[in-house]
Amino acid sequence: MDNTLIASSSPHIRSEETVKRIMLDVIIALTPAMIGSIYFFGFSAFKLILISIISSVVFETIIQKAFKKEVTVNDLSAVVTGILLAFNLPATAPWWLPVIGSAFAIIVVKQLFGGLGENFMNPALAARAMLLSSWPTLMSNFIAPGAVDGATSATPLSIMKYGASDAAASATVAEAGNTLPALKEMFLGNIGGCIGETSALLLLIGAAYLLIRGVINWRIPFTYIGTTVIVLLLLGTDSAQIPYHIFAGGLILGAFYMATDYASSPVTPLGQIIFGIGAGLLTAIIRVKGGYPEGVSYSILLMNVATPLIERFTSPKVFGEVK
Amino acid sequence: MNLENLTFKGGVHVPHHKDLTERIPLKRAKEPEMVIIPLQQHIGAPCQPLVKVGETVKVGQKIGQAEAFVSAPVHSSVSGTVKKIAPMASPTGMTVNCIFIESDGKGELHESVKPKGDLESLSQKEVLEIIKEAGITGMGGAGFPTHVKLSPPPEKKIDTIILNGAECEPYLTADHRLMVERPEKVVLGLKAIMKAVGVDKGFIAVENNKPDALKALREVVKNEANIEIASLKAKFPQGDEKRIINAVTGREVPSGGLPMDVGVVVDNVGTANAIAEAVEEGKPLFERIATITGKGIKEPQNLIIKIGTPFKDIIEQCGGFNGTPGKIVMGGPMMGLSQYSIEVPAIKGTSGILVLSEQEAKPELVQPCIKCGKCLEVCPVNLQPLYLSKFSLNRRYDRAEEFHVLDCIECGSCSFICPAKRPLVESIRLAKREVIANKKKAK
Repeated sequence: MDNTLIASSSPHIRSEETVKRIMLDVIIALTPAMIGSIYFFGFSAFKLILISIISSVVFETIIQKAFKKEVTVNDLSAVVTGILLAFNLPATAPWWLPVIGSAFAIIVVKQLFGGLGENFMNPALAARAMLLSSWPTLMSNFIAPGAVDGATSATPLSIMKYGASDAAASATVAEAGNTLPALKEMFLGNIGGCIGETSALLLLIGAAYLLIRGVINWRIPFTYIGTTVIVLLLLGTDSAQIPYHIFAGGLILGAFYMATDYASSPVTPLGQIIFGIGAGLLTAIIRVKGGYPEGVSYSILLMNVATPLIERFTSPKVFGEVK
Repeated sequence: MNLENLTFKGGVHVPHHKDLTERIPLKRAKEPEMVIIPLQQHIGAPCQPLVKVGETVKVGQKIGQAEAFVSAPVHSSVSGTVKKIAPMASPTGMTVNCIFIESDGKGELHESVKPKGDLESLSQKEVLEIIKEAGITGMGGAGFPTHVKLSPPPEKKIDTIILNGAECEPYLTADHRLMVERPEKVVLGLKAIMKAVGVDKGFIAVENNKPDALKALREVVKNEANIEIASLKAKFPQGDEKRIINAVTGREVPSGGLPMDVGVVVDNVGTANAIAEAVEEGKPLFERIATITGKGIKEPQNLIIKIGTPFKDIIEQCGGFNGTPGKIVMGGPMMGLSQYSIEVPAIKGTSGILVLSEQEAKPELVQPCIKCGKCLEVCPVNLQPLYLSKFSLNRRYDRAEEFHVLDCIECGSCSFICPAKRPLVESIRLAKREVIANKKKAK
């Protein structure tokens, strides 16, 4: 019987934590916003989310089979990528947009760089950036929730940037303010925008869940949002518009769900703070001074690329270390 | 000074599993028929045998002589006849020379085992000599000879002794029962240590998941001006020397340094008990308290076992195995040593025998690192286990050294918490060995 004993190096017990459980927690956290997006944008949102999830899972299976690697769709990470990618699409997006997006996210950004944990950028965000530069009109064809006629509607951020009367950059801030949606509507998510980013309330409920479960920590999201606000004020943004900047665009979705992506953000505590500050700085600058009304995705992608460098300079001080 | 709920940064909350044995009183194990006493149970030089095959020995008789300073003598735990002196596997994983003694069942004490007199009347030097001659080594696990620890070089000024009663390893309750049932022995041992080192400040630090132990100790020291009881947060690895010093005194032992560098000596409560017995009864270290526990054991218990008793005999007394055992560990599940045979004998450092069921012992599937950073959060030394492990697996030991691999205390918190079930501390351990070996080669 002796030879049935397992002998190995300690520790001999492991915690209950698993990769799958973490991914499942993220999916649970995204569920209120998912339901919200279907409520606000109807069947088209449901269709986009479903297509995006299925194609992410299918592409992961295909590419892992092709590379003769173990198929790991069971870890649910492809599902998370699928949901996040769909969240970054406008409700008017054609069905093939999430298919191409998830192919890029899973095959190019995730698997070609080594799979789960090795992606140097957030796959869903990188795919969004690719889609935005390839099909700019399709990617920014926003409609207001419940718009039956499919009439396009500007997002609060583009109203603030370009004014209400289409894209005439001459509109004054005051004029823009008059046409902005009510704060309450915006907080609930009853506004134009990508399907998953509009309801700050539902995203925050999920974020609270992730914080309580310890899946994410406060460092990146809070420094990110805080820095965005401070820099916007420093750049002369009217303080009445600040709530719109926080709740209207992709900031909540980006700060809590995208910037906190494990593989593409620093693991060091100080590094996470620097990452959040950097992303906040870039977001505010792009929104106010840049050519786009929204800057969350590019800010996070830029900080993703800077992550290895940030980590290199932010190693924590070792216990008892004399510097 | 507030001595409640003290702790350190990092660490993990482990499932305790102490309910299996924490209320079971100490019981003397049945006399073994044959003991196998390794001549090296400690860190340091092995002993030379003092007896020959065929010779009769008595309980407490010195049978292995320590020739180096960093070594500790060994004593017979039974009276009987020496049957064989031969190399055999020890639970530490090494093959060491062992003395096999067949017990005559009489348990006759050797004439050297007699009270050494009142602690007050003994000199500092005499106390140290008693500890050395009794073969006392650290009983928390590492097994460093205690008299060496208590003889710091004169330039290191020691001002504080901490007795470690944290017992932060899950499952183990040996120290717990000792503190509940024999608090006066623990306190006497602490006084002897304070005398041996010439220090007048002592603490006994206990995790607050043992309120009965804290109460019992407080009762004994209520009239002792120099001894205080500190309660610690129940968190692993609270019982690590440097963690406990940090929690109790706020001092930080420098990287690569020893507790004496910050004026502290830490000893286990079990060691203090052994010292008390050596002074009061003249009893050398030939038996100890161990927790025999786990799902794989029919009747978990806290037993007083004789050094040299084969694991097999001890397990039999606890009702034997409950189903097929999956893993047998000497010590606790976080830092204990897994065994491939139950023929090995109990040694001075056997704080427990843990038997995990087949289900519990099944290795989990290792997944790729997702960089969640939980290992950084829990590392009590502030290391970056994910990268250390990666460097080790890629044989980049130079990079591992740059990332302070030698500061790792091998507590295993990182491997415990890892959601991808990666062998973090396991690979880091390997890197440490390589870095140390390379350093030696370079010299």
